[in-house]
Amino acid sequence: MNEPTPDSNHSGVSVKVCGLRKSFNGQEVLKGVDLEIPSGEIFLIMGPSGSGKSVLLRHIIGLEEPTEGEILINGKSIQSPEVMEEYRLAMVFQSGALLNSLTVAENVGLYLSEHRLKPPREIARIVAEKLELVGLKGQEERLPNELSGGMKKRVAIARALVIEPQLILYDEPTSELDPLSAVVIAEEIVHLKKRIHVTSIVVSHDRELAFGVAHRIAFIHEGQILAVGTPDQVRQNPNPVIQHFLNANFKFD
Amino acid sequence: MFQNLGEMMLLFSRTVRSLPLLWRHRQKVFDQFFEIGNASLLMVCILSFFIGGVISLLTGPVLVERGLASAVGGLVGLSMCKELGPVMMSILIAGRIGSAMAAEIGSMRVYQEIDALRTMNINPIHYLVMPRVVAVAVALPLLVIFSVLVGWGGGALVAATNPKISVSFQSFLVNLKEIVTFGDVANGLFKSFIFALVIGVVSCHQGLQTIGGPRGIGRSVTKAVVNCIVLIVILDYFLTRLLL
Ligand SMILES: Nc1ncnc2c1ncn2[C@@H]1O[C@H](COP(=O)(O)OP(=O)(O)OP(=O)(O)O)[C@@H](O)[C@H]1O
Ligand SMILES: [Mg+2]
Repeated sequence: MNEPTPDSNHSGVSVKVCGLRKSFNGQEVLKGVDLEIPSGEIFLIMGPSGSGKSVLLRHIIGLEEPTEGEILINGKSIQSPEVMEEYRLAMVFQSGALLNSLTVAENVGLYLSEHRLKPPREIARIVAEKLELVGLKGQEERLPNELSGGMKKRVAIARALVIEPQLILYDEPTSELDPLSAVVIAEEIVHLKKRIHVTSIVVSHDRELAFGVAHRIAFIHEGQILAVGTPDQVRQNPNPVIQHFLNANFKFD
Repeated sequence: MFQNLGEMMLLFSRTVRSLPLLWRHRQKVFDQFFEIGNASLLMVCILSFFIGGVISLLTGPVLVERGLASAVGGLVGLSMCKELGPVMMSILIAGRIGSAMAAEIGSMRVYQEIDALRTMNINPIHYLVMPRVVAVAVALPLLVIFSVLVGWGGGALVAATNPKISVSFQSFLVNLKEIVTFGDVANGLFKSFIFALVIGVVSCHQGLQTIGGPRGIGRSVTKAVVNCIVLIVILDYFLTRLLL
């Protein structure tokens, strides 16, 4: 792995999604998505279940190949192999995607140990620090299948934080968390951005998270972006789909 | 199966090209190696003992009847080390270890663990495939040595104790030594090494190909084992031909 230059070390990357289309077996899931996310922004994507949010994130980090269009990280296509070497990217998967055969500590330290970035003792220290941050102090030796869904999600977040990424993608980071943990995670999203100027893309249904931490919000519906703008702009967008989504509440009468 | 042959060759060449990283991944290789030994050593012994025994039982009386008692040791010795040891053990390992590899990698695929590795810029071929292929390529020939020795023992025991054969332990071994050369054993080990590569690559490839939840994992396991066995038997013919 190349040593990043000190300059690039502590700055986020910009992300550009150009005319992205994706079909699975002839069914179009993304129907022409265009987004521009400047370095250091906290960008939130919201939209109904099945609208293509996870698929979009998987494209941004290069796990899926677009049917059409491209994704540029600092102007370079994510499909080109040197992008993964040059920039530190991280993704928190919706399911956590922890390696089941490894302990919590091994999962969290995996990036550092596999790339030989730090000596083992230093890795142990960083892992303990990140686990404490996500409220899982002392859980190092447990295995993923002994954890609850929310705990897995928090381990996954710790694993992403260890990378000190320049771009971090969160797929529903707070969906399985109690309100208190959700606040801690939301704070950490903001804190991480302040500390290392990371670019954050957050997929979430969580309206509090959206209007609390996001600089800008995109609303996606059936594979198309209906609106992009600041939280206030999106809140005031007249599109009935968006209004319906934002104002959905239980009503007992 | 055969449309995947090209992809398997590609996976194999990528695995070979990642060999310079072997030292870095040595711990994973050791872990896999001991797992293979643990999972199969006892079965290898039992299977080989009875295979050796049954060849002795089938051929012994016929040879003795025709006054060829002195050939029993050589016949059991040769068939065990050149054919039955390597092929039977490879089939056993395909069932026992190939299936486990396909299942493990398949479930990692399905549950996005491999995607997670890729986002961390960890190459799944270096991290998962290479250690497994190397471990099985080292372990299988060693298991075959074991199998051949135990098989000879089984053959000798049956030859000595069956009243229709009654070739003594000693004359069995003397005759075996006369006929079986080091080259014959090496020949069998070479075959098993090739079969081990087939098992490693086919099973890992099948695991990486897995799609569609738990049922997909089941399908991958079955396919991996069946493809391994078919390839082993076909390759066995051509390798035998080549090494004749
Ligand atoms: N690998 C795949 N093969 C086929 N179809 C897929 C695949 N991945 C996603 N899809 C389809 O793409 C659509 C969008 O899925 P996606 O997971 O992006 O939804 P989402 O917006 O993340 O929903 P949720 O909020 O429930 O997580 C769905 O209709 C899904 O069936
Ligand atoms: Mg999703």
